[in-house]
Amino acid sequence: MSKATRQAFGESLARLGAEHPEIVVMDADLSKSTKSELFAKKFPDRFYEMGIQEANMIGAGAGMAFTGKLPFLCSFGAFVTGRYDTIRLSAVYAQANVRLIGTHAGVGIGDDGHSQMGLEDVSLMRSLPTMGVFQPMDARETELVMDYLVKQWKGPAYLRLTRQNLPDLYPQNAQFKPGKLMALRNQQAKIACIATGASVAEAVQASQALEAQGIQMGVWNAHCLKPFDDETTQNIAKSADLLVTVEDHSVIGGLGTCVAEAIAKVSHSSRLIKLGIQDLFGESGEPVELYDKFGISAKAIAAHVLAAARRG
Amino acid sequence: MQTQELTRLANELRIDIIEMLAEAKSGHPGGSLSAIDIVTALWFHEMRGIGQNELAPDRDHFVLSKGHAVPALYAALAKKGFIPHEELMTLRKTGSRLQGHPDRVRLPIVEASTGSLGQGLSVAQGMAMGQKLNKKSSRIFCLIGDGEMQEGQIWEAAMSAPKFNLSNLCVILDNNGGQIDGPVSEVMPIEPITDKWRAFNWHVIEINGHDMQQILNALKEARDLQEKGSTKPVFILAHTVKGKGVSFMEHPTAWHGVAPKPEEAKRAVEELKAGGKKNV
Repeated sequence: MSKATRQAFGESLARLGAEHPEIVVMDADLSKSTKSELFAKKFPDRFYEMGIQEANMIGAGAGMAFTGKLPFLCSFGAFVTGRYDTIRLSAVYAQANVRLIGTHAGVGIGDDGHSQMGLEDVSLMRSLPTMGVFQPMDARETELVMDYLVKQWKGPAYLRLTRQNLPDLYPQNAQFKPGKLMALRNQQAKIACIATGASVAEAVQASQALEAQGIQMGVWNAHCLKPFDDETTQNIAKSADLLVTVEDHSVIGGLGTCVAEAIAKVSHSSRLIKLGIQDLFGESGEPVELYDKFGISAKAIAAHVLAAARRG
Repeated sequence: MQTQELTRLANELRIDIIEMLAEAKSGHPGGSLSAIDIVTALWFHEMRGIGQNELAPDRDHFVLSKGHAVPALYAALAKKGFIPHEELMTLRKTGSRLQGHPDRVRLPIVEASTGSLGQGLSVAQGMAMGQKLNKKSSRIFCLIGDGEMQEGQIWEAAMSAPKFNLSNLCVILDNNGGQIDGPVSEVMPIEPITDKWRAFNWHVIEINGHDMQQILNALKEARDLQEKGSTKPVFILAHTVKGKGVSFMEHPTAWHGVAPKPEEAKRAVEELKAGGKKNV
């Protein structure tokens, strides 16, 4: 089975809306794409179509939070985090209990090209004090993160979601540990890959391909990029010789930076290869081809690891 | 409170503004003095559910979108007992709750964190939407600046609030004519102001923002409209004078962001104590 995390988000929102009357949802003319329409259909009185006014939506969302509501403010990640100054002051500095939703993460959206691709959104949101930044790897994890964001998280948070379908990866019956890295494959391997969002599936595939060639690569999933799980990362770095991070996002300020910051704090750090968008703009194309071109497909990950392993 | 008493009180709060800015050695006297008559009318007359250091659950709310005028708000809050009067002298100092611009985390009686212009009106709009959904009678008053009207986000909110029939939202424009780089009319003209807001479907009222009776009348008109079932948000264009009440500070730009030196503060306070005749 596979599903886009935006779809799982919309379904979760509609589910949680029934038991949480404090939830209100705003969208900036993209409810069909962000899937907030699934909530709108069920709870029209708590859905606000804000038009193409992202900044006003964020400010108004903060104001609604101050009256006791839990607003979900939805748009593409590129657009919503592009209103940085309003997020920074009206929402985050004011500690408004809002959830910013950014769909259409990364070059994985394909055809529409750079302007629609959230590529620096994590970096921007991570730079804001206290801001939570979450990115689930599949539909099941999206449900779990949504439960956490509604029932437990307090203060502002950003949730990054994909346009494209992602395969089911979440292990059956696994206990959800908010903020913690999760081992998916070969926990003890000397090469460890930490991935997030859509890149987790690519990392898993790369690990399988490498295994066929006799190379073990562990795969870890990071659903939370802030606060980042420094402790587990440092433990992984203790036993692995090579760390690889993969993300469909700029390598500046995203997962690769999180890992680099974590391992820089300890003396036993291993080598780190940061795969992601290497300080480049996105472009139009077939998602599969773009993942190859930007070096974040399973094939590209495996090639990078093989090259690094050969160099020793 | 009676009109004359409110005028006298606004004059007293002007003294607080001068004294806290002189002590802080930085800040914005011009826009604080132009706003204080409106702030006084709201906090000591029009806003409901605000007692002496006491708030009712259904109270009205105030968002200071032109955050640099926060000394005017602090002065009112101190008089209302929400801040000890002596704390005004901590304005802008390390560790103070009285930040240079409004901060609702450090000082929760402040409703919105503002200071990057153009944002407070959106927050006020959201509060109006939230209280409407909560079925509360609370109204939201939002004070904006004229330079601030140059921000695009103001027009997003101006377009949006009438869509949601926010008759519980009242915006007051402190139209003092000046901004940092010069007169508003030269930096980036915003006229015709009333035509613009009418075209965006607001109920528009135009007054002298230093005539207390006119301020009270405008606020009553807004209240009456809401009670009669109007669905429009209200926009009050208040013509004001930057630095109002201190003769040598009444200038469109000279006192935007310059604190009075001790000698200037002394002269200003003497002038205000002498009766503030200019304000009546």
